[in-house]
Amino acid sequence: MTEGTGAISRRDVLKTSAAGAALAGSIGPAGVALAQPDTAAPPRMAVSFKVNGKPTTLQLDTRTTLLDALREHMRLTGTKKGCDHGQCGACTVIVDGRRINSCLTLAVMHEGDEITTIEGLGTPDHLHPMQAAFVEHDGYQCGYCTPGQICSAVAVLEEIRAGIPSHVTEDIAAAPGMTTLEMRERMSGNICRCGAYSNIAEAMAQVAGTSA
Amino acid sequence: MRPFTYERATSAQDAAAKAAATPGARFIAGGTNLLDLMKLEIETPGHLIDVNGLGMDGIDETPDGGLRIGALVRNTDLAADKRVRKDYGVLTRALVAGASGQLRNKATTAGNLLQRTRCPYFYDVNMPCNKRKPGSGCGAIGGFSRQLGVVGTSDACIATHPSDMAVAMSVLGASVETMRPDGTTRAIPIADFHKLPGETPNVETALEKGELIISVALPRPVGGRHLYRKVRDRASYAFALVSVAAVIGKDGSGAVALGGVAPRPWRVQEADALLPKGAGPVADRLFAGAAPREDNAFKLLLARRTIASVIAEARSA
Repeated sequence: MTEGTGAISRRDVLKTSAAGAALAGSIGPAGVALAQPDTAAPPRMAVSFKVNGKPTTLQLDTRTTLLDALREHMRLTGTKKGCDHGQCGACTVIVDGRRINSCLTLAVMHEGDEITTIEGLGTPDHLHPMQAAFVEHDGYQCGYCTPGQICSAVAVLEEIRAGIPSHVTEDIAAAPGMTTLEMRERMSGNICRCGAYSNIAEAMAQVAGTSA
Repeated sequence: MRPFTYERATSAQDAAAKAAATPGARFIAGGTNLLDLMKLEIETPGHLIDVNGLGMDGIDETPDGGLRIGALVRNTDLAADKRVRKDYGVLTRALVAGASGQLRNKATTAGNLLQRTRCPYFYDVNMPCNKRKPGSGCGAIGGFSRQLGVVGTSDACIATHPSDMAVAMSVLGASVETMRPDGTTRAIPIADFHKLPGETPNVETALEKGELIISVALPRPVGGRHLYRKVRDRASYAFALVSVAAVIGKDGSGAVALGGVAPRPWRVQEADALLPKGAGPVADRLFAGAAPREDNAFKLLLARRTIASVIAEARSA
């Protein structure tokens, strides 16, 4: 759907309801969200973290996942909501250098953390090498899983370089090799419904400096 | 998701005491299983106690030559630890056979032990489930049970424990170290940690109200070949139909435990003693009293053959 072309866009509705909710609720001292009677608004809390290098403080319903904080509160809609249950990997972001499913973690659990989303890896004018390689190798069709695939792919190469073993590492006492087999196994938490896997593997191999 | 209040614990005892004193409180660490279940309103805590700030994320050598793994050590870090890879290879192998890279980066040692079953009838809130809603019945018995348990189950529940890590810890003879709300600690042998369902499948562990896992201790290394063989419907990122963890010495003796077949890692001491005699006697002993269903009876043969494969691999080197 096209955003903002009608009298009221979907985002305006979301914005209004979020602002209304922000007036209610209470935040206690020392980072403790106070208990609420059943009729009260859901508990809210403040959380501060850095997203793509930029310090941010948000007042959130404690239920807000990191994914929803990024998308609905910071308008960083590059990170996608696929299954919302940690099964598809579309929501993958990098937190303190590690890839995680942003749908399976609460925003309030990330006080002080440094979060990198697809918007922080590169820009349209200055693509991250992995973004450029995905374009070059056609590592997507519909593109919905792509931000998660790219965040995951960047982190996977770091994990192999750091010597973290995987299910396909033959000798777990030795460092894993930068092989296509290793990369494919480590990308199994990112599902692509269009089936761009072989092109994703080629893009990763190019960035890793190996051949797929 | 139901609304909940949230706080960050300041010490292990603070966390345990608050969990015991606050109705509807739960600990949260990695959150990868708890939040999934909260979204489905299978878990409905009114208060979350975040234990992530408590340290408990180191792996230290114990005075008797073993390792003490902090409750908050992430699955990735445990699998990658050089000492674990060298001396407890079955544990690394099991960890990297489970979940996805993203989940392993978040999931903790204690949370892995405490994860709930992936029985589809537990997950479907429209179905009866004695584990989710005690006394409501079991939709899985007589239902589609291909993934479910064949041994250690009861007339009330045939769910399996989904962990790979715990199967390796079982074969290694680990113990789960905890802190109670009054600050006292205890060590629970992993064999006693997960409860069989009996009439109360909602009671899954030996933990008391508010009791917090602080670490898992591994005994000193025993050497031998460390093997973990997981059989599943796809090559990666799937739960086990059957898995076999084994530590087998040069003389053919050792220990073996199964995953994917029972409500807890399935290890029977008498079966260990039969390892030198081969897979048949081991499987027969492990599955004594088994109650397979039409959909999952294949697990008995699959497990026997997987044990045979593991024994053959142990002998091959």
